[in-house]
Amino acid sequence: MISFQYSRANNIAEAVRVMADNPGAKFIAGGTNLVDLMKMDVERPTKLIDVSKLPLDKVEETTGGGLRIGALVRNSDLAYHPLVERRYPVLSSALLAGASQQLRNMASVGGNLLQRTRCPYFYDVATSCNKREAGSGCSAVGGLNRMNAILGASDSCIAVHPSDMCVALAVLEAKIYVIGPRGERVIAFADFHRLPEDMPQRDNNLNMDELVTAIELPPQGFAANYTYLKVRDRLSYAFALVSVAVGLELDGGRVKEARFALGGVAHKPWRNAQAEAVLSDRPANEATFTHAADLVLREAKGFEHNTFKIELARRAIVRALSQAARGTSQSQSNKKIA
Amino acid sequence: MSNETAAITAETSKSSPDRIAVTLIVNDVPKRLRIPAWTTLLDVLREHLDLTGTKKGCDQGQCGACTVLVDGRRVLSCLTLAVMQDGASITTIEGLAKDGVLHPLQQAFIDHDAFQCGYCTPGQICSAAGLIAEGKAKTADEIRELMSGNICRCGAYPNIVAAIQQVMGRP
Repeated sequence: MISFQYSRANNIAEAVRVMADNPGAKFIAGGTNLVDLMKMDVERPTKLIDVSKLPLDKVEETTGGGLRIGALVRNSDLAYHPLVERRYPVLSSALLAGASQQLRNMASVGGNLLQRTRCPYFYDVATSCNKREAGSGCSAVGGLNRMNAILGASDSCIAVHPSDMCVALAVLEAKIYVIGPRGERVIAFADFHRLPEDMPQRDNNLNMDELVTAIELPPQGFAANYTYLKVRDRLSYAFALVSVAVGLELDGGRVKEARFALGGVAHKPWRNAQAEAVLSDRPANEATFTHAADLVLREAKGFEHNTFKIELARRAIVRALSQAARGTSQSQSNKKIA
Repeated sequence: MSNETAAITAETSKSSPDRIAVTLIVNDVPKRLRIPAWTTLLDVLREHLDLTGTKKGCDQGQCGACTVLVDGRRVLSCLTLAVMQDGASITTIEGLAKDGVLHPLQQAFIDHDAFQCGYCTPGQICSAAGLIAEGKAKTADEIRELMSGNICRCGAYPNIVAAIQQVMGRP
């Protein structure tokens, strides 16, 4: 690994100040992604600012009936938190579908938001990658792109966002609280991650000198009709080929409100407002769900090795919407159930 | 301070300002070290403390061979910077047996022949100790899911699940 300076922040103001004074620095909390990338020479910070001891590890109910999750809450602690299990089970399920228990015990939820792509060319410094080195080219477009994007990609990048948690947060329409030298701001979840366009080196709209402090969930949790369905190359401990988070409000056999997001298919968790709108006030059946899936995938584009993901996504959307409508969400331990 | 700790302190504090003082409680023994910031907990255990029971498999968080318990929770020591664990209690495979008696998981792995080459075994056993402490796994499916971070390329999985079930008191 490269050499770097290390300092531990004793409070949030100090963390922000030290970052402002050290442009090559990075914050570190769980370290599960950053340490790995530093070993691979992909990330080369001159200094690590350890924020793991800051008082951002609480899960608290908000006065508005939502939930505020400190950025340092561990992924496993959030997944098993009683309020999350009861009111936001789609988030609990998505968290448990990601990584392994060892990694979930280490990883912070703030860090999960900032996970970097697992595109193999991003990791391989001997190849070209616009995300790793702006302007160097994309090796994935004409390379081994089985895991890459089918939606929202650009000529400069076809990487996907690897997080499961974020797919559920997209459905829940979470808000991200951040702080920097110019003070605090709140970012709507849909505006947090970006599409690659011609600037794939930027995964999201967080500024380099800003620190994520909390994730806030609005009251609506879709606790009765939800699912997180993740399709991957092995049953556990693998990144998604396609995943689907769903939250439904039903009125008898009809859909009142529907939200669904896809993981593993784009540079950010993928939602399509039109596809969600066509589900409203329709019977909750396979024909309706297929129509919505077709709308999402109308604009999908496959590459040499990943065209199968378009049909896989279509079937995963229909299956996930059916699971949620039946109230039989996907089990994350017995993958044969539901 | 034990002689061993004194020797390590003397050895690692020779020089550079790059080194950072850290105290780790390793298998109930305080270890004072001066280490570069980029040293992983795995390398501290193996290279500085000669505790080579914890294995380096992939060294990038994909295999689970380096699993240890930090303050009772299972983590990957290869992705943990040791300087971030100042004051923490670390339990490795060497710390599980007490007074010459194997930990129940160690005995169960022997009883069920839950390994072939044995390279993943220290990580499997530390991970299983964490799993039992968490109390979330009740069924064989849940054990398999929550042990999925520990890869066994010999394929001893059925026997590993049986060994863990024995310790959990489920036949």
